Amino acid sequence: MTHEKMILAIVTTKGETVAGGAPIFICQTKEEMEQIAANLEAILDGIAHELSEGLLIIVKH
Amino acid sequence: MNEYTFPILYGVAAGVLTRLYLLRTDYRQYPTYLHGRTIHIALGAIAAGLGTVAVPAIMEKEFAAITFLALAASQFRDVRNMERNTLNELDQYELVPRGKTYIEGIAIVFEGRNYLVIFVSFLSTLAYLVWNVWAAVLASIIGLMAARRFMSGSRLKDIADVQYVKPHFEGAGLYVDNIYIMNIGLPARREEILRYGMGFILTPKNFNARTTIANLGQRQAILHDVSTALGIYRDSGTPALVPLAKRDLNDGRVGVFILPQVEDVEKAKAVIENVPVLESAIRMPAKRRWKRRGGGGDDA
Repeated sequence: MTHEKMILAIVTTKGETVAGGAPIFICQTKEEMEQIAANLEAILDGIAHELSEGLLIIVKH
Repeated sequence: MNEYTFPILYGVAAGVLTRLYLLRTDYRQYPTYLHGRTIHIALGAIAAGLGTVAVPAIMEKEFAAITFLALAASQFRDVRNMERNTLNELDQYELVPRGKTYIEGIAIVFEGRNYLVIFVSFLSTLAYLVWNVWAAVLASIIGLMAARRFMSGSRLKDIADVQYVKPHFEGAGLYVDNIYIMNIGLPARREEILRYGMGFILTPKNFNARTTIANLGQRQAILHDVSTALGIYRDSGTPALVPLAKRDLNDGRVGVFILPQVEDVEKAKAVIENVPVLESAIRMPAKRRWKRRGGGGDDA
């Protein structure tokens, strides 16, 4: 199955605000969140988008 | 040797020279290298031959020979397919792809040039046989000029003004002027983008140009040309560093965001201004000939 666009992962410091099918990475600090998002971006060939303060999603375009 | 030998030789030579003249290559064009060129020169020679022998064939009342021209047409259509396939294959490995519209444009040009060669050869040989060699030279020159005129399309600077604007961020959103480009989540990426990124605003000069530069293929051609000419700051697996062109829906301006390796604003601007306007992207909504019963008009 191929998807044109999909959320590959969610990286957040506010675990209580997210839920759903994509893998969720809950982090303690902003730095940790950015570190994980940068790694995921490189691993998954996706782009990290910021939805709100403390909530990043990795999207495949 | 007979009376047709020299006219035919002359016609073929004129045709091949035309093809060579039209086969100017530069940094962004295909083919840039020897073997690619050889193919096109060889096809040019064939086209020249076909155009040339049509004249003696008519004069000898061998009208069946003219049907060879139909064969030629199908051959050169194959040339177009060949170019299209080659470029499509290559495009998959480009960091910034050309895009299908650009590829189609290049393929059309290659087919078209062969027909122009036929035309020049035909005219030259005809002039040689009807008058003399000097008339043939004149006919070749006129043909060459006509071919050049047909082949020179317009450039982006003819339809739009290009202006440099430094890209900036509003929160996570990347903007060129007031045109939203994309959302970048990581602060490290944002720094890279601000360090290497350049923004340009293309303001269309009229309503037709507005629709033309809105074409996705045309925009991709711009991104490809700039990235080829100035290099690109990205690698596979870094989709956040993809150059993009987005449109302002209100006034049709296009914001171009690029990440060139050579940080030279003037050069980048010159490259954008010289991007060819793709034939398949041209739209003329404001120029339409229409006819009413009992009258005609032009609303442009």
